[in-house]
Amino acid sequence: MTVEIQDNDSSPSTIGKMFKSIGLLRESPVAIFGLSLILFWVILAILAPVLPLYDPNELLEPFKFPLSEAKDGGLYWLGTDHKGRDILSRVIFGAQQVLVWATTATVVAYIVGMLMGVVAGYLGGWYDEVISFISNILLSFPVIVLYIIIITYLGATGFNIVLAVTFASAPGIMRIVRGLVLDLRTRDYIFAAQTRGESSMYIMLVELLPNARGPLIVDACLRLGYTTITIAMLGYLGLGLPPPDPDWGKMIAETQPLGSFAGHMAVVPAVAISSLVLGFNLLADGLREISMKD
Amino acid sequence: MEQTPILECRNLCISYDTRGGEIPAVIDFNMKVMPGQGVGIVGESGCGKSTVALAVMQYLGSNGYIKSGEILFHGRDMRTMSQEELRAIRGSKIAMIYQEPMASLNPSMKIGEQLAEVPLFHEDVTRAEAMARALELLEAVKLPDPKRILDSYPHQISGGQQQRVVIAMALLSKPDLLLLDEPTTALDVTVERGIVELVKEISAEFGTSMVYISHNLGLILDTCDRVTVMYSGEAVEDGTINEVFDDMKHPYTSGLFASIPLPGADKNERPLVPIPGQLPLPHQRPQGCFFSPRCAFCREGICTTDKILMRPVPQEEAHTVRCARFEEIDWAEGDHEAVTVKSVKSGKVVLKVRNMKKYYEIRSSSLLSMIRRDAVKTVKANENINFDAREAETVAIVGESGCGKSTFAKVLMGLEEATDGEVILNGEDLAHVSVQKRKARTVGHLQMVFQNPFDTLNPSHSVGNQIARVIRKFGVEKDPEKVRQKVNDLLDLVKLPRDFAHRRPRQLSGGQKQRIGIARAFAGNPAVVVADEPVSALDVSVQAAVTGLLTEIQNDLRSTLLFISHDLSVVRYLSDRVVVMYLGHIVEQGTTDEVFSPPYHPYTEALLSAVPIADTSVVQKQIILEGDIPSAVNPPPGCPFQTRCPRKIGSICETELPPLKEFQDGHQILCHLDDDVFESMEPVIVMHKKGEVIPVS
Amino acid sequence: MLILAFRRFISMALIMAIISFTLFALFESDKLAVAGKVLGPYSNTEQRLLWLENNGYNEPFLARYGTWVGNALTGDFGQSIQYKTPVSEVLWPRLGNTAILAGLYMLIMIPLSLTLGVIAGMKEGSPQDRFVSVGSVLTTSVPEFASATFFTAIFVFWLGWLPGTAAMSSGFSWAEIFLPVLVLVMYGFGYTARMTRASMAEVMTSHYIRTAVLKGIPYRRVILRHALRNALIAPFTVIILQLNWLLSGVIVVEVFFAYKGFGKLLLDAALFGDIYVIEACTLVAVFVAVFSQFISDIGYTLLNPRIRFT
Repeated sequence: MTVEIQDNDSSPSTIGKMFKSIGLLRESPVAIFGLSLILFWVILAILAPVLPLYDPNELLEPFKFPLSEAKDGGLYWLGTDHKGRDILSRVIFGAQQVLVWATTATVVAYIVGMLMGVVAGYLGGWYDEVISFISNILLSFPVIVLYIIIITYLGATGFNIVLAVTFASAPGIMRIVRGLVLDLRTRDYIFAAQTRGESSMYIMLVELLPNARGPLIVDACLRLGYTTITIAMLGYLGLGLPPPDPDWGKMIAETQPLGSFAGHMAVVPAVAISSLVLGFNLLADGLREISMKD
Repeated sequence: MEQTPILECRNLCISYDTRGGEIPAVIDFNMKVMPGQGVGIVGESGCGKSTVALAVMQYLGSNGYIKSGEILFHGRDMRTMSQEELRAIRGSKIAMIYQEPMASLNPSMKIGEQLAEVPLFHEDVTRAEAMARALELLEAVKLPDPKRILDSYPHQISGGQQQRVVIAMALLSKPDLLLLDEPTTALDVTVERGIVELVKEISAEFGTSMVYISHNLGLILDTCDRVTVMYSGEAVEDGTINEVFDDMKHPYTSGLFASIPLPGADKNERPLVPIPGQLPLPHQRPQGCFFSPRCAFCREGICTTDKILMRPVPQEEAHTVRCARFEEIDWAEGDHEAVTVKSVKSGKVVLKVRNMKKYYEIRSSSLLSMIRRDAVKTVKANENINFDAREAETVAIVGESGCGKSTFAKVLMGLEEATDGEVILNGEDLAHVSVQKRKARTVGHLQMVFQNPFDTLNPSHSVGNQIARVIRKFGVEKDPEKVRQKVNDLLDLVKLPRDFAHRRPRQLSGGQKQRIGIARAFAGNPAVVVADEPVSALDVSVQAAVTGLLTEIQNDLRSTLLFISHDLSVVRYLSDRVVVMYLGHIVEQGTTDEVFSPPYHPYTEALLSAVPIADTSVVQKQIILEGDIPSAVNPPPGCPFQTRCPRKIGSICETELPPLKEFQDGHQILCHLDDDVFESMEPVIVMHKKGEVIPVS
Repeated sequence: MLILAFRRFISMALIMAIISFTLFALFESDKLAVAGKVLGPYSNTEQRLLWLENNGYNEPFLARYGTWVGNALTGDFGQSIQYKTPVSEVLWPRLGNTAILAGLYMLIMIPLSLTLGVIAGMKEGSPQDRFVSVGSVLTTSVPEFASATFFTAIFVFWLGWLPGTAAMSSGFSWAEIFLPVLVLVMYGFGYTARMTRASMAEVMTSHYIRTAVLKGIPYRRVILRHALRNALIAPFTVIILQLNWLLSGVIVVEVFFAYKGFGKLLLDAALFGDIYVIEACTLVAVFVAVFSQFISDIGYTLLNPRIRFT
């Protein structure tokens, strides 16, 4: 397509490009709404230490409803839980926890999956056979079984959760990347790079991967959402990070039996996780729509 | 007596709604199709010709609509018809044949089923009758073994056969009007010829009217009575074939003819004249005449202000032109610069290919073949390739799909290793040296220009960086400042502005991308450049300019050009020597004159007869090859061409590989035919009135 | 076709073999730890060694693996540490319960998501498309433990219409299973619906649909005969492969509603360290997953003539 030749005569800086791609989001209100949801939680999580919040683990007054007044004259905006901890504070600190681990786990899984995929797709042959076979084995595990085995065998630490997510997600990412690369590798510019004697490493990293970024960004957003769910779910099932740090899943699990008279204790973290995941999903949706239009 | 036209478009305007607002795709379009008539619509991509066909079908998608004007079918306005009325007409009164036969057939339905639907839903017939009709039509379109095809899925038959199925489907209800939208573009030349002949026969036999849409003037000449030339959404010239082809009035029409090479004409007698610039985008159309920015006869004020209307040519009432000054144009006055291919003296032999063979092994992973122990099949992609290429010479490698030309290019470039034989570049044997093991200079000395302009540049990197990478990689320059200088030099060389270095490939048009591709190939001062169909994906009016550029640079740098192509017209025009390939074999080679005049290899003869030629003064011998090109996995025994050869002499063709016959020095033909047969061959392309062919220059 | 099935079968067996070996190596290569798990934390080393001797643990590793596989194939997974009964006695009834849950889920989810997806994909950008698209993004964003929280808050505590647990203590109850199934469907249908929508939308813009319309056959037939068959190939594989993901949801739902199913058994065993139950459950889960993949591959080939005849 030969469009907009005029407005791009100087080579834009990296930051300029970033602003330009964010500007692209204007095309999709869905994406903007999704991004705002995510940013809402990210900003809260970053500001958590400086916000006027109670200590998330301090035992204050149990079973306070939202907007009830605290002993010290403060306000329990969202009430307190059965142990008397401030729910607002726990939700915000919980956001920190879930965002950090979900992002780390997704990034690690992506690096592994992408490398596997580009090698399998571009080099093919035995590389492909071996990588695909390993992926198939991992993919034939129901993901939760994989989590349970890794975490019961190695223990529930942040590192192991990242490891488990990588085991569970990397094969899927690998398949997507491999598919994209199989398509891209037949392009003439790859042929051109080969005919000027570029190394396989250069072709994979410089020529292939940048062109696969569109679908991968969308997929990464969806996966961030899914990993967020996974981490909260592990917390809910008692396989998450050890106490006392607040964890959305664990908050639901702890207070769920008390729902009959103090429903808010479980509903608040449930709303929190749903809104964050919705943010990721909407952003992914919007981005996909934008990329389809181009 | 005035007959009612089958189809009439009156002042038709079609628009699409997009994010950027309304985009007019077709503007003020008029057309009449009389019973039994064939009307051609010719134009480059994006000129709106397919939109017209879809509008006639009332199928413009969710964002397209007819803004104004009428489409009358048998005198009734189709826009006023109900969905049910339209349904009754579609497929029974008007049928359409599409560009991509494979995509046009439902992949998960048997062909018989898909054909039988037409009579089943338009006529009161039983299933058995419908099937019988389908079978009958498959026979009518000359498909071998129609019963088997009836019971096949689309992917099980070849592209040419699929298109015959689509044609059969269109004819099932004996429609009054047939719309053909580039029906042969996706097919090989010799297969195309068969389809075109079929269409002609059938329209004659059934008395069907046709609207034939194509970018290829030669095909239009072959099939139609009248032709409409479209440019950027408008009809610019309309008339009978003779009026438009021999006495064109619009500068665009004339430019179009001047920019296509004709195999009948010699390059020195009739040089190519490219149209400068490129098609305007729909939202960037100029004021007044849309063609004015590219027109050599444009006059400020007359052409660039008011809307130009279609006007009849005096004395030729059915010939209309959309040009403000067609009466006063003096064709000799201002024309664009012609592309001249200088005859450069060729030097020493640069590239020598000796007995080169490339076999692939494909492993069938099916269990059955493992049991039968034929799991490994050998594909003989290249068999005994022998030829030389000299300095500054252009050698054309001609052939259709599966002939092995791409494999040959891969071996040459070092992406594949030859199975046997030698490929000697400047005295160095490269047949078994993969590109990674070649020295940077050697790699730079052997470069390639690719076919698809949309694929040739990496969309993620700027144009300048991509050229700079090549310069550094080949060791031409290292110093950043000098590299930048060299990038600028190369952009100058391909006649693009220097600030293109900062652009992304998506900001370039197809022709511009191809120029960058050429710049990249010439970055390392190559001894040999392989150009793989470098212009076949470009618009006709851009092709000439890019071809010209390529040969000009090659002449200046005295590089050798290996020009891979299926288009004999271009080949005749720019090459010094020609190598004709079929199923991995070189079947004929010699100088261009030798190959284009008798004696021929029967395949060359058929190829020459199959090229559509947009020249009314040319008479081509009719040779129609039957069937399709065999697969390289299962090549026929004996002569590779024996399954389709019209000159087959007997069982010897089926059993023995023919000998290589030598004629004048260097002219070789791989064939069993006797010498006296070769001697008595007549030329395929004959001009019946020499001179005064085209009123250009 | 048969060859393909056979090849798939072989690779399925191979995967099962590798997984079972890894599993066995992971859990039973450290013999003393196994004995510790079985005899409890207060047993001494002597007791543990004796137990190992008596239970054939001093055989070579591969021989033990062989015996273990042989036993597993005949349905003998050993003795549960937690329940002090043979694993198979706990396993099969629990698996049956989960099958009921998953079966009901499939029964509702498949027709629902396919219908919605097809309706949405038929006309891209139409109101019904937007409704389905937005709806499915919303529901897939609410994980099971969150939607279970919401539904319980509404239907159990606020309206008081439904029971909050599904322990089925007095036999099977439709009222009790309603919420678990609802929660699973809410989260699960969106993915398939979106997949179906995308696939249908793609088919509707394809050239062969244009051919079919311009052939003049009725719109109904274009959709039913030409579009659906091609559009449903992709969702079909997704539905079957969803079994892999379904188990996560099933575990959450079983835990949330105290439903005595396979998932809860696996989770409890994991938290307790009941290795024989973990092994058995993993083998069964992986078998179901691999087998469903096998079915999906075969089904895909059957549905897609382009692959079937090549």
